[in-house]
Amino acid sequence: MASPPPKSPEQTEKSKKYDRQLRLWGDHGQVLLENAKVCLINATTLGAEILKSLILPGIGAFTIVDGETVTEEDTGSNFFLDYDSVGMPRARVATQSLLELNADVHGDYIDETPEHILSHTQNFFNKFNIVIGTSLPEKVLIPLSKHLWEANVPLIVCRSIGFLGYIRLQVKEHTVIEAHPDNENPDLRLINPWPELKVHLEKTDISKLDNKERSHVPALTILYYFIKKFQEHNNGALPRSRSDKDEIRKMIQESAVCDENGVQILEDNFQEAIHLVNIGINPQIIPTQLKKILEDDCCTHLTQDSSPFWIMCAGLRELVQAEESLPVRGTLPDMASDSGSYIALQQIYQKKALSQSEFVYRRVCQIVTDLGIQQDIISEQEVKLFCKHCSELYVMRGSCIADEYEKNSPDLSVYLEDPDSLMFSYVVLRGLERFLGEYNVYPGHLDDQVEPDVLKLKIITGKLLSEWRCTQILRDERVHEVCRYGGAELHSVSAVLGGIAAHEAIKLLTHQYKPLNNTFIYDAITSSSATYTL
Amino acid sequence: MAECHEADQKRWNNLRKVLERAGPFCHPEFEHDSDLLTFILTSCPILIIGAGGLGCELLKDLVLMGFQQIHIIDMDTIDLSNLNRQFLFRRKDIGCSKAEVAAAFINKRVTNCQIIPHFCKIQDKDESFYREFCMIVCGLDSIVARRWINGMLVSLLEYEDGVLKTTSIIPLVDGGTEGFKGNARVILPGMSACVECTLDLYPPQITYPLCTIANTPRLPEHCIEYAKVMLWPKENPFNVPLDGDDPQHTGWIYEKSLERALEFNIPGVTYRLVQGVIKNIIPAVASTNAVIAGICATEVFKIATNCYVPLKNYLVFNDVDGIYTYTYEAEKKENCLVCSQIPQTLTIPDPTKMKLKEIIALFTESSQYQMKSPGLTTMIDGKSKTLYMSAIKSIEERTRKNLNKTLVELDLRDGCEILVADATSPNTMVVRLNYLSADVEMK
Repeated sequence: MASPPPKSPEQTEKSKKYDRQLRLWGDHGQVLLENAKVCLINATTLGAEILKSLILPGIGAFTIVDGETVTEEDTGSNFFLDYDSVGMPRARVATQSLLELNADVHGDYIDETPEHILSHTQNFFNKFNIVIGTSLPEKVLIPLSKHLWEANVPLIVCRSIGFLGYIRLQVKEHTVIEAHPDNENPDLRLINPWPELKVHLEKTDISKLDNKERSHVPALTILYYFIKKFQEHNNGALPRSRSDKDEIRKMIQESAVCDENGVQILEDNFQEAIHLVNIGINPQIIPTQLKKILEDDCCTHLTQDSSPFWIMCAGLRELVQAEESLPVRGTLPDMASDSGSYIALQQIYQKKALSQSEFVYRRVCQIVTDLGIQQDIISEQEVKLFCKHCSELYVMRGSCIADEYEKNSPDLSVYLEDPDSLMFSYVVLRGLERFLGEYNVYPGHLDDQVEPDVLKLKIITGKLLSEWRCTQILRDERVHEVCRYGGAELHSVSAVLGGIAAHEAIKLLTHQYKPLNNTFIYDAITSSSATYTL
Repeated sequence: MAECHEADQKRWNNLRKVLERAGPFCHPEFEHDSDLLTFILTSCPILIIGAGGLGCELLKDLVLMGFQQIHIIDMDTIDLSNLNRQFLFRRKDIGCSKAEVAAAFINKRVTNCQIIPHFCKIQDKDESFYREFCMIVCGLDSIVARRWINGMLVSLLEYEDGVLKTTSIIPLVDGGTEGFKGNARVILPGMSACVECTLDLYPPQITYPLCTIANTPRLPEHCIEYAKVMLWPKENPFNVPLDGDDPQHTGWIYEKSLERALEFNIPGVTYRLVQGVIKNIIPAVASTNAVIAGICATEVFKIATNCYVPLKNYLVFNDVDGIYTYTYEAEKKENCLVCSQIPQTLTIPDPTKMKLKEIIALFTESSQYQMKSPGLTTMIDGKSKTLYMSAIKSIEERTRKNLNKTLVELDLRDGCEILVADATSPNTMVVRLNYLSADVEMK
């Protein structure tokens, strides 16, 4: 007989469609994405590829700014410009075919050059959550970079030429709560447990358990018991050194009992306790990076304009000052144990985490009241998430691209010591931009101009290096190679860069995962890449 | 006609620059001229395996890198949850063949290209099909399928006096993604490390011990596994095997998992988690697929045109924390099961004790073999004898009794050959038994 149809929770169309990505950045990340407005300047192959990987996961809206018309060459590398559209405005055609990707996304376009917009309606760009520019000439890049830096709008600048790619991220300040680290040690607090945990752990005397009970004790309880034993043998001193840890491992090993056949065996949970020694015994310390965040001016001097992140940091700071430790994460790794013992332990950790996040929330509410800002700016749920991830908080402060070009000549000599450094590609690309500014055409654009352009570009890069007071010499081959491209944009190289740049945009919009800081070079010839902070 | 040709030339101007001009970093054997473009446009057929997240990207990338003759093969149909990244599909296409919809889309969008879809399993095609391609690119989520095509390409290799004929090599470019991580590799079958040489790179699937599921659940996953592995077969609520795509089935498992979790006070059973565990869902986003497919397509272009030295031979990508890439050369395994040409031997300490089921367990559990459900046959006195085969019910029933017999009881002598067939390879593997106590008296 068939069961009656179950009453499972209704899944919305959206949660079904986005299922595979919601498992990564969660519903709260998706909300931020769906509220985002993105501006793309120049619907080049690379530009369209970036937007594609933002439209598919469902950003709120995009606007394309592009004053060009579609060329035959465009249709050979840009998937979103078909052959019949040659001669039409590129912004319009790209917008139309990109919109087909996702009915939930809004899109429009402005059929004007970015120069035009910058000189007429500069504040146009302020309404976006992020601006992405591809193939920008220096004369647009520099004022745009300055303007967005002032307006506090993140900017991603990208270029794809031949087998070479460049991504530069400009953001004044970016804060991350969920960094999603690949490996994270469990937060156990066996050294210096809080009273409830201590009482609970001390209820179990390992030496008095029968074989069945032994096989059901969680590794945490075992390890705590042997830490205590160690202290008894060492006048109360806590285990610290490697040999102390070895001694504890030995004690656990030697506690093995005999089974009914007289064979000595060490149960799974005892093995797990041995594995836990290293991370379980390290005293919980506040990471230096977090200390810095809590001492940051933004945290200690809040204003009405402070972001929720910094207000929560201030709340956390008060807890850290009161308790001299971070809030407990409140989750435990799985360990061999009977259900009851494990769940009891888990509940103690959860309860502690909850009471600490409640403390921080109360402080946050008080701070918000004192600052005289809107009460509901930060929810209890957000504070909970914040406390759970407090050991991975991350603040990135970027630099303005215009400064890199105008004021602070970058100090590249350290990188240029290595003749194979991809920093040389950065130099070539800067030379290329200057070449474009001077001659208004890509070096090597015409078949019979490759050789003369190599000479011109060599002079330009030579000048650049001496302006930057670098004594290293750029090998002719690198200049020749970029002239060989003649400005060609290759689809597969732009596809790689497009995916990468789009994900950086997603990081900025969702405030999850650590973004690029701040310059990325991709060399498709050798399939290698490098990151530099300029 | 001439006008069309000229316009077409203009369309490919970007590719012409890198193919018709010499360069200082090019492959030493690169011959820059206009024939190269004609070659990839007209005479370099490529096969894409998989029309999913990577497959859609690969198809777009390769067509716009000038490859106009592409076949794409996939047995799957389109699901709503594909639409966040498989950008050639629309809501109206749900339920249709991925390969067919993808091919039709590209043929319509890109002038002059010829994409031919195959809505079937890769196992449905034989050697003569695979032999037709210059190169094969994989965008798969199945390790078994990867191993199968790898085995197929190795079996197409021809040797002359023990020397590999390079004309028989069909390069394999393989991509894989999971969340924000991915990898791309270039395999020259017979020359460089093959899928089988590096089998240990694939992480084992997470499994939970049955006794934990049955007696001491602690995690929400344990509760879900309980409903799936123990309750479903027992209660058989819909009289059919569990189908993760059927919302009624998922709903049933969800309810039962919740009951179980409630009983043990275990927090965290959600509908999303239930789906994830039942279907073993791997998270996926558009951006990572774009990156890995782009890298694979670039390698295909390098190999086909000789413009640069291809990736040697393995690249890993990760953009969880900043952007990270790393390349290294995976090494060919001396005694690789598939590509080494070295006969496999199985050393048996004591054939009077070793049972057939232990040999089968070795084939399925050891990291070296990782087979799914191997079928074993042998030749005794010139006659073929099936030792065990689980795939066909009647044969399974007839051969089941052999599982508990020892090798001696099965009349298997030192040095005899066992033929092993499995879903992970198109070919039968020959294993020679090597008894350490060789002077065993045979009955």
